[in-house]
Amino acid sequence: MGAWLQESLTWTNFAIFLAWSIVFLFIVLGFVTYAIYYERKVIGWMQGRIGPNRVGPFGLFQTVADILKLLIKEDTIPRKADRWLFILAPVITYVPAFAVLVTIPYTNSLYFTDLNVGLLYYGALSCISTIGIILGGWASNNKYSLLGGMRSAAQMISYEIPLVISVVGVIMVSGSLSLRTIVNGQGDAFWQWNFLPQIIGFVVFIIAAVSELNRTPFDLPEAESELVAGYHVEYSGFRFAFFMLAEYVYMFAIASLTTVLFLGGWHAPLPFLTFIPGVIWFILKFTFCVFFLFWLRATMPRIRVDQLMSFGWKVLLPLSLLNVFITAIYMELFIK
Amino acid sequence: MEYSNNYVIVAIFIALGILLPVVALTVGRFLRPSKPTEIKQSTYESGNEPVGVGQVRFNIRYYLFALMFVIFDVETVFLYPWAVAYQQLGLFVLVEMLIFVALLLVGLIYAWKKKVLKWNSI
Repeated sequence: MGAWLQESLTWTNFAIFLAWSIVFLFIVLGFVTYAIYYERKVIGWMQGRIGPNRVGPFGLFQTVADILKLLIKEDTIPRKADRWLFILAPVITYVPAFAVLVTIPYTNSLYFTDLNVGLLYYGALSCISTIGIILGGWASNNKYSLLGGMRSAAQMISYEIPLVISVVGVIMVSGSLSLRTIVNGQGDAFWQWNFLPQIIGFVVFIIAAVSELNRTPFDLPEAESELVAGYHVEYSGFRFAFFMLAEYVYMFAIASLTTVLFLGGWHAPLPFLTFIPGVIWFILKFTFCVFFLFWLRATMPRIRVDQLMSFGWKVLLPLSLLNVFITAIYMELFIK
Repeated sequence: MEYSNNYVIVAIFIALGILLPVVALTVGRFLRPSKPTEIKQSTYESGNEPVGVGQVRFNIRYYLFALMFVIFDVETVFLYPWAVAYQQLGLFVLVEMLIFVALLLVGLIYAWKKKVLKWNSI
């Protein structure tokens, strides 16, 4: 993709961009399908169960069957719901989830865009999904939905702050917001990746990212035992599927972003391993990040809502600010 | 270097993002049944008849969190360009940023002492 970006825009180039974007859309949909299958299998194994194994060989078509079921399920909109907002909410949640993926570089030559404001673009767009979640909760005109939507919004805005401040250290070291420049600033050895020099930022980033994804141990918006399902109680069929899709597309985005910012992107962990192509390293690191999220879900219990809020503001925010100044002072003393 | 090409792709991605739900829901309309009944369309409340209004009053604390979010998001807007330019700038901007962050931290400590961050203080 890199070479085409340099050329002037013609109809042929536009068609190439469009074709690759559509191919990428199907890759993401394929990822979501098999991430759900993989998640159910992994958690099944961790809990001593088998997991899905009936539909197709090893249960491989389980998620495909689930999607087909959602597609032919009746779509009910409650009489009291605010009809237009109810229809709009899943779309508003999903569109930014897909749009943020445009900035992620997969290898030095395989990327869609090289925006010079890449990281800012990511942070700004991913915030918009919160609006979709509040709208979904509000438009359903249901007590559980409203409480779930409000909780979710409070959680997402509280953890958005540590998430965006924890990457400031990485920006300072690289001197750029472009994700491709950030990866090129890291080297072909694991001690040159950002996660060791930026260890505080890395830990804060991981915790805040899991919370942004609304996954265990921070899955309070969907706390089944107290709020039934949170903001999407009233959604059925494919409208519900779009909320789920947005969640898993964000998982794709966060796993790629962690790889790019902290785990060296397409770089090899040791200098003599550079003969293996960069895209393989990217996929390996990406898969590990996704697996880590499933692992957390199988291990951790859900935390209480008051602990959640005070943890974000009292621990993560001061730590992320501290990381900014430690990086600044280190650069002042040793690099300049 | 044709930089505007990047934004063409951004526009394509946003358009595809909107197109997928529209297409999927339109195709779904021809596949799914539609037999609405009065009971089906009532608000869900764990199987009971819904009591009172759906849009209940919620905790005022959510509003305070929103206020704090606005304050610290403004800080982020200042931190990002500062971080990009930091390598070229000197000790002066570091001190400047320290003062700015210290002022905001005073605000955070104030909210902390006022028990805004404690869930069940009201």
